[in-house]
Amino acid sequence: MAECRGLGHSVQRKEDARFIRGQGRYIDDIKLPGMLYLDIARSPYAHAKITKIHEDTAMAVDGVAAVITGKTLEGFKLAWMPTLMSDQQMVLPVDTVKYQAQEVAAIVATSRYAAADGAAALEVDYDPLPVVVDPHEALKPGATKVRDDKESNHIFHWEHGDADGTEAALAGCDTVVEQKMHLPRIHVASIETCGCVASWNPVEGHLTLYLTTQAPHAIRTVVALVTAHLGLAEHKIRVISPDIGGGFGGKVPVYPGYVLATAASVVTGKPVKWIEDRSENLQADSFARDYHITAKLGSKNGKVTALKLDTVADHGYSDAAANPSKFPAGLYHIATGSYDLENAHVSVDGVYTNKPPGGIAYRCSFRVTEAVHAIERMVDLLARENGEDPADFRLRNFIKPEQFPYQSALGWEYDSGNYGAALEKAMDMIGYQDLRAEQAEKRARGELMGIGISSFTEIVGAGPSKTFDILGIKMFDSAEIRIHPTGKAIARFGTKSQGQGHETTYAQIIAEELGIPPEDIQVEEGDTDTAPYGLGTYASRSTPTAGAAASIASRKIREKGRKIAAHLLEADEADLVWEQGKFYVKGSPDRAKTIQDIAFAAYTNHPQGMEAGLEAISYYDPPNLTFPFGSYICCVDIDRGTGLVKIRRFVAVDDCGVRINPMIVDGQIHGGLTMGIAPALLEEISYDADGNITGGNLMEYLVPTAMETPHWELGETVTPSPHHPIGAKGVGESATVGAPPAVVNAVVDALWHLGVRHMEIPMTPARVWNVLNEHGAAATR
Amino acid sequence: MIPPSFDYHAPDNLEEASRLLLANPEAKLLAGGHSLIPMMRFRLAEPSALVDLRKIPGLSGIREEGGSLCIGAMTRESELEKSELVQSRYPLLADTTRVIADPVVRNLATIGGNVAHADPGNDHPAAMLAYRASFLACGPSGERTFAASDFFTGPFSTCLEAGEILTGIRIPASGPGSGGAYQKFERKVGDYAVAAVAVHLQLDGGRVAGAGVALTNVGLTAIQAGAAEAALVGSDGGDAALDAAAEAAAAAADPADDHRGSADYKRAVVRVLTHRAASSALARAREAS
Repeated sequence: MAECRGLGHSVQRKEDARFIRGQGRYIDDIKLPGMLYLDIARSPYAHAKITKIHEDTAMAVDGVAAVITGKTLEGFKLAWMPTLMSDQQMVLPVDTVKYQAQEVAAIVATSRYAAADGAAALEVDYDPLPVVVDPHEALKPGATKVRDDKESNHIFHWEHGDADGTEAALAGCDTVVEQKMHLPRIHVASIETCGCVASWNPVEGHLTLYLTTQAPHAIRTVVALVTAHLGLAEHKIRVISPDIGGGFGGKVPVYPGYVLATAASVVTGKPVKWIEDRSENLQADSFARDYHITAKLGSKNGKVTALKLDTVADHGYSDAAANPSKFPAGLYHIATGSYDLENAHVSVDGVYTNKPPGGIAYRCSFRVTEAVHAIERMVDLLARENGEDPADFRLRNFIKPEQFPYQSALGWEYDSGNYGAALEKAMDMIGYQDLRAEQAEKRARGELMGIGISSFTEIVGAGPSKTFDILGIKMFDSAEIRIHPTGKAIARFGTKSQGQGHETTYAQIIAEELGIPPEDIQVEEGDTDTAPYGLGTYASRSTPTAGAAASIASRKIREKGRKIAAHLLEADEADLVWEQGKFYVKGSPDRAKTIQDIAFAAYTNHPQGMEAGLEAISYYDPPNLTFPFGSYICCVDIDRGTGLVKIRRFVAVDDCGVRINPMIVDGQIHGGLTMGIAPALLEEISYDADGNITGGNLMEYLVPTAMETPHWELGETVTPSPHHPIGAKGVGESATVGAPPAVVNAVVDALWHLGVRHMEIPMTPARVWNVLNEHGAAATR
Repeated sequence: MIPPSFDYHAPDNLEEASRLLLANPEAKLLAGGHSLIPMMRFRLAEPSALVDLRKIPGLSGIREEGGSLCIGAMTRESELEKSELVQSRYPLLADTTRVIADPVVRNLATIGGNVAHADPGNDHPAAMLAYRASFLACGPSGERTFAASDFFTGPFSTCLEAGEILTGIRIPASGPGSGGAYQKFERKVGDYAVAAVAVHLQLDGGRVAGAGVALTNVGLTAIQAGAAEAALVGSDGGDAALDAAAEAAAAAADPADDHRGSADYKRAVVRVLTHRAASSALARAREAS
């Protein structure tokens, strides 16, 4: 029998053959007969009343078949759509635009070119209105009101933890540090932009939606709910999510373009394709972060005691954050991080501004990045204030291995961890003490070098049905496995890979459980007609939920297999022993039936009274979240002439529990680290005072290339999750979450002796040079 | 990101190209297209027609002739990168070519396009000013030659007249004791410069006999920093002279605040880069002595 290559094997990715050969099938590869093309005319203003849309100007363009406006949609009660956060957002404005680049009208045409020409030709009359860009300004009395249908710009106040106890604890601390910090708006900037092909069959009353979505089943239900009044029902909706070129949370939301293409297909009776371009993607799709945090952290006798975070969250013109329904600020209350502290309180005030809506979990489990940034910056500051090296201070204040399962002050039960081991390993790998010595020498020579640590704890795998739902749908996920007579298998999941390698890792989990080699297992996701219901892939939840379901379904199959094996071997079930890939009779290893023998018998020679077939399904409701962690150390050199921060070394020790495919884990960490240093050094979507976006294309939105990316040095520790069937925790997002504060801490460390205590991100050369200049440390050569 | 429709012409001689330009005042010349096509995709440029130069023979190539390095306007950046002649004897040009955009762009982008597009953020104009290069053009007035210092009249504008086409570039041939360097500071690879400085030096007996210093993306055009050149000429290339040149270059810069930084910051970067470029140019010139 071939080696089954289950857990711990760097199996080559099954999906790579088609990706490497250009045979992937992405949304824009889908072409249907008679298909029309949709383009969107967008607002040049951040806030304006639409006085007239001259539809005739677009209709005059050769090939333009229809112009859809908010007034058209209003007739079908489709001008607004609900958000996941119980707010509503416009599909198309009936009278007022609320942000620059907002959809104003859809142009449907017989070619992509004609659609673009129609969108460019469409004349729209606007009356500009006052704009509010800064959320702090938006909260002031008399501020321009963003939403006519709301009382004010204040969306919600959310808080968690013991406010009074935390204040009292801070008052009793001997050392307290306070710092404001802003995590600016950023964008996932995935290689593939968003798009869809909507195909309405008027005869069958059936809608097929090919969609760039990370959550096809949830989308099907949402579409059914918002179109029920038009007669569409869930059994007549098929959502197909083909290959996806990067999601990172940006393909969780429902964008107006999807609804417009669907409406256009219903109106024209033809398939309609909408593919957004790069600028639209950056300017109008959901943003991430944009948290303005005021943090306080206190210690007594060197022991971290109390944390307080007060936060103003800029949500744009609608609260369209992609969070589980009961969590308006996501899992921000993981903010006590890796530290054993007894008092904590966090609050978030959501605010409307004239910017695009969003608040997606950009490669992050619902605001964990914001939480980790805050705590890791504050711990560094507090260590210094205590006169202690940040590494030593962390090691003393970590939650200790024997404290797990650990109840955090903000109510989480951390499943497992060994934080000290990860940090010590990272320190060993980078040669921490030697770097400190080198830094002292360099500082004496006037050179700027810094070392920064981030010892993050993540919270992923949403989530247990008790607290986690989206619009009421519990956040389980699913696996359905069918073993064919010849011992090969097909497995389908409610999740949807966007590059994570599910086709390989899920196959390896099944291989581990059943002894069927990964290449004999076909893994499919993304078609709601065939896959079992699930909530999709984001927030590092696939392995903790659907991966667990793969294990549980495999074990159900194994138990049926035991009965069949007993029948074939004429032995008692209780006497059978499972060894990967086969059952044998206890004491007689030669009397064995392989899983392939059992599969064949399931269709040809199954026991009387037993149903034929060998398949199982599992909807896995995780008993808890999982808590991956790690310690990153970043070493930077700063050019005193230009302000350029160069990452010389970056060591990342990750603990994601049991590793299914180490190569894929490394790849996830490489990509995550790159997306982690990006906001620290390069990326930001910014707006001027009139609400004009100033980083809305890839000339200005600085995605790192290979040239800006340092060599990553990876290490691992393995602390299995005690509640996951195979002990895995999820790893897709750890690096994105953990990396930014390591870089900031390194830069602040390099500048500490000058009196610098904090750096906002992105730490562009200009920003760093300004700081150097203010402190008389800029060089002229 | 989809341009409006336009006509496309690919004539096989300069006269025809010139005639097409004159007949279509809204037409644009297409060389490598790596500035023009993105502008068309953003609909920032909507030419009625493109006149592609690729089929016209004799517009590309790199050779030394008559005391000059002669480069055809349609020579691709990647050809300059691969040219043994450029790499071994024209370090300022070699440096400049290497930092233009990225390798994929350089496979198609041309030196003539980079110069004639006259984007103050383009890298070749400053190098040409520092080299004291001259440009050859062909059009209704016949063949004309321009000094680089006369060529750039404003952002995206040159002294070429309607129907006139840049055909070649002449750089004074490199001799003993000459050396140069281009120092570009960019936010990420492929970006336009925050600021960049081109320096070309000619040494004579250990002293600087001639100097060209020019700046990229800190004004409406590439800027020749005459005072910086004067600070270097006659000096021994010591730190005092380099500091004086750097200070003069910073003063010559006329940058604006933008995403890449404040005007003060850009001036500071010019100062630093001038020092670094001059140091590197000196070392290379000494090596070539």
